[in-house]
Amino acid sequence: MPRVLILLLVLIGASGLARADLHEAVAGLGSRSFDDKAQAIEQIARSGDPQATVILDALESRELVEDRANQRIVLGEKGGDGWVLKDPISGEALGTVGSRDARPVVINNRLRELIHNLRAVAALASANPLERRAAASQLVGNDDPVVLDALRERQREEDNPLVSGVIDTALNIAVLRNPDTELAVRLNAIDAVAGSLEPAVRNVLRDRFSETDASSEKRAAQKALASIDARAERYQMADTLFFGLSLGSVLLLAAIGLAITFGVMGVINMAHGELIMLGAYTTYMVQQIFPQGHEWSLLVAVPAAFLVSGFAGVLIERLVIRFLYGRPLETLLATFGVSLILQQAVRLIFSPLNRTVVTPEWMSGALQINPVFSLTFNRLYIVFFALAVFLLLQLVLKKTRLGLQVRAVSQNRNTARGLGIRRERVNALTFGLGSGIAGIAGVALAQLTNVGPNLGQAYIIDSFMVVVFGGVGNLWGTLTAAFGLGIANKLIEPMAGAVLAKIVILVFIILFIQRKPRGLFPQRGRAAEE
Amino acid sequence: MSRPDSLPNAVRDTFRRDQVFSPLRSGVRPVQPGELDARGKYILYMEEITVSFDGFKALNDLTLYIEPGELRCIIGPNGAGKSTMMDVITGKTRPDHGTCYFGQTLDLTRLSETDIATAGIGRKFQKPTVFPEHTALENLELAMAGPKGPWQALLAPITGEQRDWMASTLDTVGLLAERDRPAGALSHGQKQWLEIAMVLMQKPRLLLVDEPIAGMTRQEVERTGELLQSLAGEHSVMVVEHDMEFIRSIANTVTVLHQGSVLAEGRMQDVQNDAKVIEVYLGENVES
Amino acid sequence: MRHSDLKTALTDRAAKVFIGVLFSAVILVALLNLLVPVDSALHVSSYTVTLLGKYLCYALLALALDLVWGFGGILSLGHGAFFALGGYAMGMYLMRQIGDRGVYGNPNLPDFMVFLNWKELPWYWQASDHFGLTLLLVGLAPGLLAFVFGWLAFRSRVTGVYLSIITQALTYALMLAFFRNEFGFGGNNGLTDFKDILGFSLQADSTRVALLIATALALAGAFVLCRWITGSRLGRVTLAVRDGESRARFLGYRTEHYKLWIFTLSAVLAGIAGALYVPQVGIINPGEFSPLNSIELVVWVAVGGRATLYGAVIGAILVNYGKTVFTGVMPEAWLFALGGLFVAVTVFLPQGLVGLASDLLKRKRRTPPTAPQTTNKESPHEPA
Repeated sequence: MPRVLILLLVLIGASGLARADLHEAVAGLGSRSFDDKAQAIEQIARSGDPQATVILDALESRELVEDRANQRIVLGEKGGDGWVLKDPISGEALGTVGSRDARPVVINNRLRELIHNLRAVAALASANPLERRAAASQLVGNDDPVVLDALRERQREEDNPLVSGVIDTALNIAVLRNPDTELAVRLNAIDAVAGSLEPAVRNVLRDRFSETDASSEKRAAQKALASIDARAERYQMADTLFFGLSLGSVLLLAAIGLAITFGVMGVINMAHGELIMLGAYTTYMVQQIFPQGHEWSLLVAVPAAFLVSGFAGVLIERLVIRFLYGRPLETLLATFGVSLILQQAVRLIFSPLNRTVVTPEWMSGALQINPVFSLTFNRLYIVFFALAVFLLLQLVLKKTRLGLQVRAVSQNRNTARGLGIRRERVNALTFGLGSGIAGIAGVALAQLTNVGPNLGQAYIIDSFMVVVFGGVGNLWGTLTAAFGLGIANKLIEPMAGAVLAKIVILVFIILFIQRKPRGLFPQRGRAAEE
Repeated sequence: MSRPDSLPNAVRDTFRRDQVFSPLRSGVRPVQPGELDARGKYILYMEEITVSFDGFKALNDLTLYIEPGELRCIIGPNGAGKSTMMDVITGKTRPDHGTCYFGQTLDLTRLSETDIATAGIGRKFQKPTVFPEHTALENLELAMAGPKGPWQALLAPITGEQRDWMASTLDTVGLLAERDRPAGALSHGQKQWLEIAMVLMQKPRLLLVDEPIAGMTRQEVERTGELLQSLAGEHSVMVVEHDMEFIRSIANTVTVLHQGSVLAEGRMQDVQNDAKVIEVYLGENVES
Repeated sequence: MRHSDLKTALTDRAAKVFIGVLFSAVILVALLNLLVPVDSALHVSSYTVTLLGKYLCYALLALALDLVWGFGGILSLGHGAFFALGGYAMGMYLMRQIGDRGVYGNPNLPDFMVFLNWKELPWYWQASDHFGLTLLLVGLAPGLLAFVFGWLAFRSRVTGVYLSIITQALTYALMLAFFRNEFGFGGNNGLTDFKDILGFSLQADSTRVALLIATALALAGAFVLCRWITGSRLGRVTLAVRDGESRARFLGYRTEHYKLWIFTLSAVLAGIAGALYVPQVGIINPGEFSPLNSIELVVWVAVGGRATLYGAVIGAILVNYGKTVFTGVMPEAWLFALGGLFVAVTVFLPQGLVGLASDLLKRKRRTPPTAPQTTNKESPHEPA
């Protein structure tokens, strides 16, 4: 018991001692000289006091102020007509002063960078290797001796190869920047950084290439630059492919419901885009109902959107399409009318303005693979989501009774009737299924684009292109076409720009359909010939 | 009698186009649409034709020749490949393998449906396919041989001669009174007749007639038989029919198809007594 | 069966009635606008003159679509593109007529090119200095596009829904292209601020009336032309291609030639409609290429009644009149009305108003129809 007490006392005493230093350092921020301020900042960062981060954050966001009357540096928050002051160390409230009685401590870019670096140095000690790597990345190219010391120190303990790789790069750059390093050491350093994609590496290599007098170093730098360029290009390609994949998944989601209503039932549903739009608005409504539940509301939105759009689909089938089977062109016209009505209804109910759907925390951010290549989480999730929806649909078609009946009806309407399948019911349910999937697509699209009455129109032509290109009635064809067109679009974009890429793709499909009118994977058999 | 199948191989080979006209076989020969060279022994040469749909062989190594002016009946159970054979001749289906020549020069496997029709092959379909919204007379006008381009169709008026020809053809098939009725309003039998009349208006060298008497009365059947027989001589006629009685009443030569190839060929009574044919038709209603 | 030549097409009863009604209306409006003083109750405003002119342009466009859809069975969802191309051809001429009266006062370049820092006129603008060449371009641009597109599509036997979808893609692609500044057609804003045509001010009442009469003449001419074609053997073959394309092939017709012929002609007519439209409304922009326009056009024809020619004209005028009224009185209801119209016409009125009228007439006369109605037009009897 006494030992514990002693320990406690020592701790309090130690912190009390440190606190005195901290007080002094904070007071130092009041100096006019930026050098003095820099010293004070370093002192604060080194104190290891939990309050240090608070103070530095406040300094950065201009919430550390000089209380003129008392000649002291305190935390100040703008409130009412003046400043609400707090003690920077104890956090105790110090009352309010007029807006002219205090002014923020001024810092310049050098100090701002210093704060960043100090923060990164502190983060080098983090337990999370991802944070350590991010911190090290931030310090690459920094030749402040304090930073380099910190990096060297960390390197000794570092056991994660990814993190130590980044630290190596940072240290090697410092070696290369130092004009006094020996040639052999420099050559070694060039070799060591040759694979790194850090922009700082490129810069230092370029400098070496133009500044050095040693031909061996020139050659090494050139070679290293070439290999970095090649590597960067490969990752650039990977980046393009990833964007293509994510565009492809969007196309897949939008087109897959259409593949069912068009491919299986022969109905040209021009209102498909509006069913997607309904799904997106459902997502918005769900978020309105659960304003606190943004993190999980998507889980509710997916089934809700499926039901809303699916129900709308069944209604459309029962009220309109049922009279038009066997007349695909007329279904096109009638459903186009439906699409106008749905758009206008949404415009009246929700206003013509776009609604914002909040993206949950877990969908924002990115998986940083290296400095030139990162996978944004929302796109990554959409790729997986699209594939999951696709597989689920395949499962429904292959394994359930409804799926069996749908396939029977699609292959031969008359025989299916002979087998006692209730066509009316199957038609309505199939249409509902296709529409419901459109609704699910709407949930995903709501994460990527604005939710507005014209959301559907933007996707309808693309969706038709995907279905027709892939081959009507073939879901795998739809999958191939969606990813193929998505990737092709993103490959052309850097060369021609987004709009021209789209035009090129459209013209390509127009020409392709004329060569192969039944698409990539034509459905075979007599039914297809009618 | 044309029975290349039964001839000794050596003799048979001399009839094979690809042997006789071997120079034509090598390389790509220019195909002249519309020009029929019918000086050879046969007007239609189908050799070793194979057509498969998803692995199922609708025609399997089918070889068949038709003489100018001949009336040939084709019989066979369902699925024997009769319609597919007609599809190959008219260009609707392309064979996977084999050759099909109309006269000496026209490779039917390479011509379009339009070129084949223009070259002189007319087809009456199994289901009557007339144009329902056109009158009977207009249907004949559509079928009438002559220039078929859009400009001619717009600018060239119908001559009195052509009018008379259409009227007499309608008369031949007994539809003169129905000339201004929409074809869709005619009875099933009348549609059959109208379609035969349309084929006649094409002035074909070879007529393909698919089940001509379905849905006809007894008298109509008789008249059809007479008509087909009168056409033979000037035209070559291939008739596909199920009705054995009808076949017997008109046929000279009968070809029996089975599983996509020729099972037997010859005079009706010989074929009827052929053991293979009886075996194939066992269980099938031969007399129906 | 008749074989109509141009003379019979001009003198048959339908043509006489059509031309009679059209010109009575147009001349009446023209006189009431030009001769009756503005404060009189009988005065027709210039706005109304232009509105009528606009309707007649739409009617001509609908006529063009009826020719391919009603008679040829080709549901083009891209006819707005041909209309817009004709419109752009005329708009380019009108732009050149502005001369140095533009905002930048550049005598050699249209304003938007000055704005984009272009130094000289692109080659495809050269013809637009001459009215004669412009007229040629009005027909040639849409005609050539239709010819090339149709040649590719019909030759490879792209039919039905597939054709409709790729025509829609065509107009969509053109819309995206015309939105771009680099294409040299004024980008987003299109072509506008026109001053005069052939030296006559576009703001003058007399010019507006003259344009209205020109439109009426074009519509009447197109109507007679279409009557002639549909009454000829060409028209009957086209119908045959619509009802049974493969059967027509077995009769020795190159059906793709017929489709191409009629598709190209129709595109030219649509282009003429566009060319007459632009000087009257005073602007042409890429929005005219929007797929929505093309599909709306389909409903005009469907409302009037397909394959009748005058049905298309009636449908175009009625629907657009309805649009004018609706958007004036309760704008938010117009899309509901239009959407409802799409559904109602396809489900309840497949033959359109003309079909409904003739049904009512038949019932009134109590004469049983001579022929049982043939079952639906969309699935013709194809050979098995």
